[in-house]
Amino acid sequence: MGNRTFALVVVAVVGVGFLTTRLGVNQYYYFAGYVILQYIVLATAWNILGGYTGYVNFGTAGFFALGAYTSVVLIKSAGAPLVVLLIAAGFVTGLLGLGIGYLTLRLRGVFFSIATLALAVVLETVAINSEYVGGARGITISRPARSLLFGSYVEFLFAVMLLLALLAIAVAWWIETSWIGRGLAAIRDNEEAAECMGVPTLRLKLVATTVSGSLMGIAGAPFPYYVTFVDPLSTFDLNYAVNSLAMPMVGGTTTWIGPVIGAVLLATAQQVATVTISSELNLLIVGVVLVGFVILAPEGLLGLVRRVRGR
Amino acid sequence: MVALDLLWNAVIAGILLGGFYAAVSLGISIAFGLLDVVNIAHPVFVVLGSYAAYVTNTAFGLDPIVAGVLFTPVFYLIGVVVYRVYYVSFEKKGQESLRGLVFFFGLLFIIEVGLTLKYGVDYRLVEARYIGENLRVGPVSVALRLLVPFLVAVLLTLGIHLYFSKTFLGRAIKAVSQDSLALRLMGADPVKIKDVAFGIAIATASLAGALLIMIGPVEPSMNRAYIGRVFAIAVLGGMGSIGGTLVAGLILGVVESLTSTFYGPSWSVAVSFGVLLLALAVRPAGLFGR
Repeated sequence: MGNRTFALVVVAVVGVGFLTTRLGVNQYYYFAGYVILQYIVLATAWNILGGYTGYVNFGTAGFFALGAYTSVVLIKSAGAPLVVLLIAAGFVTGLLGLGIGYLTLRLRGVFFSIATLALAVVLETVAINSEYVGGARGITISRPARSLLFGSYVEFLFAVMLLLALLAIAVAWWIETSWIGRGLAAIRDNEEAAECMGVPTLRLKLVATTVSGSLMGIAGAPFPYYVTFVDPLSTFDLNYAVNSLAMPMVGGTTTWIGPVIGAVLLATAQQVATVTISSELNLLIVGVVLVGFVILAPEGLLGLVRRVRGR
Repeated sequence: MVALDLLWNAVIAGILLGGFYAAVSLGISIAFGLLDVVNIAHPVFVVLGSYAAYVTNTAFGLDPIVAGVLFTPVFYLIGVVVYRVYYVSFEKKGQESLRGLVFFFGLLFIIEVGLTLKYGVDYRLVEARYIGENLRVGPVSVALRLLVPFLVAVLLTLGIHLYFSKTFLGRAIKAVSQDSLALRLMGADPVKIKDVAFGIAIATASLAGALLIMIGPVEPSMNRAYIGRVFAIAVLGGMGSIGGTLVAGLILGVVESLTSTFYGPSWSVAVSFGVLLLALAVRPAGLFGR
């Protein structure tokens, strides 16, 4: 896909998304749509590090929650507007991502993954022990009544998340098609060989971890306004980590479209299952789908399609 | 000297807790340390063991430790099956590191959600005559619900240690971890030996789970806090060293207990993960590493 077609698609999606907020559909669809879009951001962000570079991050929930809690602090202390929240959350979690990037100097493969999981738990403990942001009990955030141009604030949040999803996809697409993506793929295939060939592995890894972490934090920034009640248990939920890794695995990890396909399929299925069956059972489905795919179709749906076409 | 009493009680409680931590970590030391299988689902198998003990305890009034021992063959079989799936799907194809990790992550999630579906998120506990009793020695009082698990855990660790150093199969498992190619050249099948080893690793989870539910009430998502602990202990203990696992468990237990006594229990989880991060960053070979 060329630059221009990509830009056209972006404009079209924004237009359609904006129009749907004019139609006055049931508010529930915005709530559900927001979650699906949020997972597109998280899955795409995870894939920049996990899919392109080959470093598996189990700490998505930590980044997401750090973004959400950055918002909580700014709302509580300064009543900052949403734009500021997004930028601040992206900055703070980007810094954390940078730190994680330096960790890759010493920790490769599984050790890195375990360290990210550890990081998420440490952050959760800090949140539980921080009374300013509500501690273990959580904190209530009141949503602004309504927003310019939009019927309700949820519709506004939906539109914001739509833009963020497109931003995340654009970033992933840009990384993938530029020399950075090729360098990251070289790291994924063989880090030592890449280093020997003169690929600036550390710098590239730092770019990947920073961008990936930053996008996860940005996805978490509007979260306090969306749920209006933030507590450590639900913001540091392991579901975020499992989903953001299952979605690219289901879709396919080597291209930007893989996580998007996976996120749309899995998140929609979960939304439907939550309404029609039960919220616990839909988590079970995610787990089973993840294990099934990683065993039977390690290249994801895209890989399956490719295999079928190849024959 | 109230503070000194507090300190002594904290240290003793930490030692007792640390012995139990070692029992929980044994499976990781074997699977991760010796076999290079990153079974992050191990803590959830421990929780599964707790529920096995809980079900038999409430239904038949079975002693949790007896239940833990009785269930070891079942867990052994689960371990063998899991390893077979893992081997055929990942290890054989040389994709074990990342995809295998995702596989175990998914397994963790399935078991945890499965337990939640069946038993809900309520805390479950077991009953036995000695739970709730205290042993008083001078200024120090020791809860039996900590002392009994400690003793069982030390026995289990000792048993595994003897098995690995004295028996033929135990030595074969160590050989597999050192040079599986050489083992293959000697005419042995490394996969079969790994079957046994991984089976044993999961079997320890049955007993460790019984100990877990004796120490305190258990709920399905509890395994997550233990992921950090078990890997911290396995790494700190020197990856696959059974004696090292016990020492590392004791160290972590004491550090956590002191933190919990002097700073509050909500910080104690962060301590283990902090120790893990530190161990990984500064000395990945552990205290007793090769």
